[in-house]
Parts: sequence; structure tokens; C-alpha cells
Amino acid sequence: MPVTQVTFLDYTVMAIYFAAVLGIGWALRRRMRTSTDFLVSGRSLPPWVTGLAFLSANLGAQEVIGMGASGAKYGIATSHFYWIGAIPAMVFVGIFMMPFYYGSRARSVPEYLKLRFDEKTRTLNALSFAAMTIFSSGISMYAMGKLLNLLLGWDFDTSVLISAGIVLAYVLAGGLTSAIYNEVLQFFMIVFGFAPLVWIGLRSVGGWGGLTAKLAEVAVDKGLPAGAYTHAWQGMGSAATNPIGVEWFGLVMGLGFVLSFGYWCTDFLVVQRAMAADSMTAARRTPLIAAVPKMLFPFLVILPGMIALVLTEGSGLGQGIIPPKFAADGAPLLDAAGRMIMDYDLATPMMLVKLFPSGMLGLGLTALIASFMSGMAGNVTAFNTVWTYDIYQTHVRPGASDDHYLWMGRAATVGGIALSVAAAYVATAFNNIMDLLQLIFAFVNAPLFATFALGMFWRRSTGHGAFAGLVSGIGAAALHHGFTLATGSVPGVKGGFFGLLHTYPSELAQTFWTAIYAFTTCFVVTIALSLVTRPRPDSELRGLVYSLTPRPTDEVSHWYERPAVLAIIVLALTALLNVIFF
Amino acid sequence: MSESGGLDLRYPIGGLFLIIGAILTVYGIMTAGNTEMYVRATAVNINLWWGMIMIVFGGVMWTLAVRGGRGATIPRPSSGGGDGD
Repeated sequence: MPVTQVTFLDYTVMAIYFAAVLGIGWALRRRMRTSTDFLVSGRSLPPWVTGLAFLSANLGAQEVIGMGASGAKYGIATSHFYWIGAIPAMVFVGIFMMPFYYGSRARSVPEYLKLRFDEKTRTLNALSFAAMTIFSSGISMYAMGKLLNLLLGWDFDTSVLISAGIVLAYVLAGGLTSAIYNEVLQFFMIVFGFAPLVWIGLRSVGGWGGLTAKLAEVAVDKGLPAGAYTHAWQGMGSAATNPIGVEWFGLVMGLGFVLSFGYWCTDFLVVQRAMAADSMTAARRTPLIAAVPKMLFPFLVILPGMIALVLTEGSGLGQGIIPPKFAADGAPLLDAAGRMIMDYDLATPMMLVKLFPSGMLGLGLTALIASFMSGMAGNVTAFNTVWTYDIYQTHVRPGASDDHYLWMGRAATVGGIALSVAAAYVATAFNNIMDLLQLIFAFVNAPLFATFALGMFWRRSTGHGAFAGLVSGIGAAALHHGFTLATGSVPGVKGGFFGLLHTYPSELAQTFWTAIYAFTTCFVVTIALSLVTRPRPDSELRGLVYSLTPRPTDEVSHWYERPAVLAIIVLALTALLNVIFF
Repeated sequence: MSESGGLDLRYPIGGLFLIIGAILTVYGIMTAGNTEMYVRATAVNINLWWGMIMIVFGGVMWTLAVRGGRGATIPRPSSGGGDGD
């Protein structure tokens, strides 16, 4: 039985939003004349648009639902995923790496690897990236279909097909520009849908003070220090005194350095937004502009999960308003110690349906659906570009007319969405396959930043070195995962499939250390092999390597628009937030 | 549309928020006496208040677009287009 009823008014709000989304695609349809208009926006967008899209493309289901779930699990320490796990990397990509992505005139991140290293390195990156985008957008659709079914009783097939159809329509009509414009719209919908949820949520638990007091009881119940849920750093000295179950070194190196830089600095899904900017300065400012709302997002997406943990209007089962997971026979699932397993992914959705009356509920649900769709569109627009330029134009049909590649870009959009829908159905039937794929992609991504950092900042690094480094980094990730387990996990997808050499206090600690091993291996192997293989002459590396590229000049009219000034402001504000919630 | 064929993104954002904001505000006024409905929202008439905030935001966006400036307007695509091929 659905949790809540949606009224005509709520449907009206949703319908108006969908009309606006489709209208933007329609208005842009005549602009798509060349493959670069369609796939890379013809480098024409102002930085506030690319900046908000940079943020929004990453704001898929994982973000809104997952960060609410983590808020309920880990408390305010979840903000490490933002303040340590995103902001420094976003500043780094804007200040130091964008000059090479934008300045090299590569059309994609894999294409930069081709220009800097060689074809095999590019192809490895392009194939794994293309597969990953399809998979993530499929997972996103699956999560949405399941959630809307549970909350509102909507049919799974209908939700998946309608949302896929809407994304298809506006991306096909207006290409990357349409996806980016709609991501900006979605950004504002998400802010305006979730800000009142936090406002009302805080009111109902007696403000931040009331929330702190109530969460202190929850923490003590679980054997943690009283401030564990409301202080980000206090318990980080040891894995046993914080809800994440990881110590500060693993957190800072694994999440803050390897995983975060690996994602924000090399993932084409986000970098593509910056590459669509209308000038070098605009491209460099894109991630810096995105960093300002990004540092405030914990309040929007994490707080609802924390509040859900202590609200008392629950059904009696579970904790707060978060229900437990249920077995097929309707009984709550229990873990090995006999405690109920909470369905933390429902924390934020339950907040929406419990606190919002009809009217606002429509707005909140629209914001939720908007986040699913922006994640999907982001993946599809990155997929069609990598497919068309890095796989099709390179390996299948080089030298065709631009009209042909424009056609291929559109065909890849249709194909990408069809494959995503297929992936969503695979997820419904074989959950284990999806867990396994997710694990493989984690291995493939873990060493990436070492390759890019050495490529951009060490001119001696070679294509053979980069390729061998990537492959051995992926291998190191698989080995490390295969020989370790988190406390309470059983051998299998969770690790330990080669044997057991070490046990980590939590799955996140294991993930962070897998990344650290993969990065270090890739870094060392790339350097070693580069030293024994022949480097490319300096003349071929101009614009691709730091020491052979002139420093970009800032084309701005005000001092505060300079990327370096923005970067300092962003870092200072982030440091301040860490101090406030220490 | 401010420039030749350019789409200023601030118009659709402003328009969307004005329309949704107006709907919520009117609904909030219509349901103002219904205390039972707003108990869950800590007795705040959230439709009315948030609707008005959305109208203000939509209005600001729309005004910025009307007053022009290059802001979010993208120019027509250049005739040559493609980089590289």
C-alpha cells in the first residue's frame, strides 16, 4: 500500500515543471546544426550556467537520497563528502587542470588522454566510462521506479518509461545545451523543494539545539560519544568513536585525496559542463562557482536524514520515521545481532510525505524527480559524446562528414537511454550483478587521478607508462579488496574473495583504503615505466603539460572574478564551516 | 528572448517559479483556516509562505532577464561550428 496520496494540485505542479523542461528543449532545437553544437554546446555558455550545471549533473539520486541516508547513518560527519571530499578537488580542477582540458581543445576527457598519451590509454578510459554512464543512469532509474512505487503506488514500468521519455525528448531536441539548461532549472527546483523541508523539519524538533540533544541520546544508545552525530571531526581520532567507522588519515587520504580528486578532476560527466563554457576563464570559474552552493548542500540534503532519525511520528517500527527493511513475508529484517535493519534510503522521502501538506508535497516530489532526471540526462549526454568521438569516430568510422557524426550523436542518445532502461530492468531482476558491476567500476576509477596528475604535471610520463599504471592500479584495487573485509561482512562482493589478510572497522574504511592502494600502485608503476620508455618530444606536448604551457591570463573585468581569488574565498569558507561543526 | 535567437535561461526559470509560486500562494490562502492540514508542517501555512517566496524569486529572475545584460544569453551558433573535424 502506498505511503501517501497525491492530489490533483500536486500533479499540476509536476506537470508544469515537465512542460518547462520540454519547452527548453523545444526552444533550442534549431540551434543544433553541427556535432559540436549537439555534443559539446559549441563552447558558448556563461559560467554561472555551466557552474550550476556542474553541480546539478552530480545531483542525481545517489546524492539526494544517498546523502539523506548517510545523514541518518553518520550524522553531520556526512559533510566530509562535501567539505573534504569535493571542495578541494573542485578548486584544484578549476585552477590547475582546466587550462589543459579547455586549452587543448579536446572534446572529451578521454580525448585529452589521446592527445597527451596514446590511443590505448584513451580507449581504456572511454570504454569504461561509457559503460559506467549507462550503468549509473540505469541504477538511477531503477531507484526512482522503486521509490515512486513504494511512496505513491505508481507503476514501476510507467515511472521508468515516462521519465526516460522526457529525458530523451529534451536531450534529442537540444543536445548538451538543453541538458545543461535543464540542470540549472533542476538545481533551483531542488533548492526550493528541500529548503522548506529543512525549515519545517528543524522547527518540529526544536531547532538545531533540539536536534543536537535528541541525537546525543541516539549516539549514546549506540555506544558512541554524545556529540558523534553533530560534530564532524571530534570523533575522527579513532574509528571506534565516530559513526562512519574510519580514522582521520583514511578519511583525508582515501576520500579527500584519491576518491575525490579522481572523481571531480577526471570524470567527464562533470568536466564536460566546464568544457562547454564560453572562454578559458569561464571554464576555470565553473567548478569554483559550483563550489559555493556545494559547500552549503549538506544543510539541504544531510539534515533531512538526521531529522528523520529523531522525529516521533513514525509507525512505531524502525527508528524515528525511518522504517525497517521488510522481508517478503512482511516481517522486518534483522541483522546477526537481532536488531532491525533500517531502510535508510527512505529517510528523505519519508520526511517529504510526513511534513509537507498537499501543494508543497507536489513541489517536494517534483524536486525529487528532478534530481533523478538531471542525473540521467547528465549520464546520457556524457555517454553520447564519448561514444561518438572517442569510440565511433576513432575505431568504427573515422573521416566521415560532420553531419554523419551529428546523426550518430543523436542515435547514441536514443541508444544510451534504451540501454539505461535495459540496465534498470537488469537491476530489478539481478541485484547482485549490479553490486558486482559497481565494484568493478570502483576498481577502474580508483587509480585515474594518478594518471591525469602525472600526465599534466610531469612531462616525462609516457603513454606506455600511463597505460601500465592504470591497468596495475585497477589490479591493485581488486587485490586489496579481495584480501580484506569490513567487520560483519561475508566474503563475496564485499571483499575477501582471495582470502583474508586484514579486517576494517567499516565498509567505507575498506573502500577508502582500496582507493589509496590503487592510486599508489598506479603512481609508482607509471613513473617506473615512463623512465624506461621513450618520452614524446616537447613540441608535441605544448598546451598539454604544465611546464610547457603558458599560464592562462584572466579575461575578467573585476578582481573578484579572477579564478585564484574565487578559489581562496571558497577554501576559506569551507575551512570556516569545518571549524563551526568541528 | 532578448537577443537574436538567443534563449535567456532566466525567462524559463522566472516563469516557472512565478507560476508554481502563484499556485501555492492561492492554495495557501484557500486553505488558511484548515488547521488540521498544517499540523504536520508545525502549524505553518507553508503553501502560502513558500509560494510567496517563490514568487519573489521568480520575479527577480524575470526582472533580471528583462533588464538584459548578456547574463545567460547564448549567441547563435557560429556558421563553421566544429572543432577539429
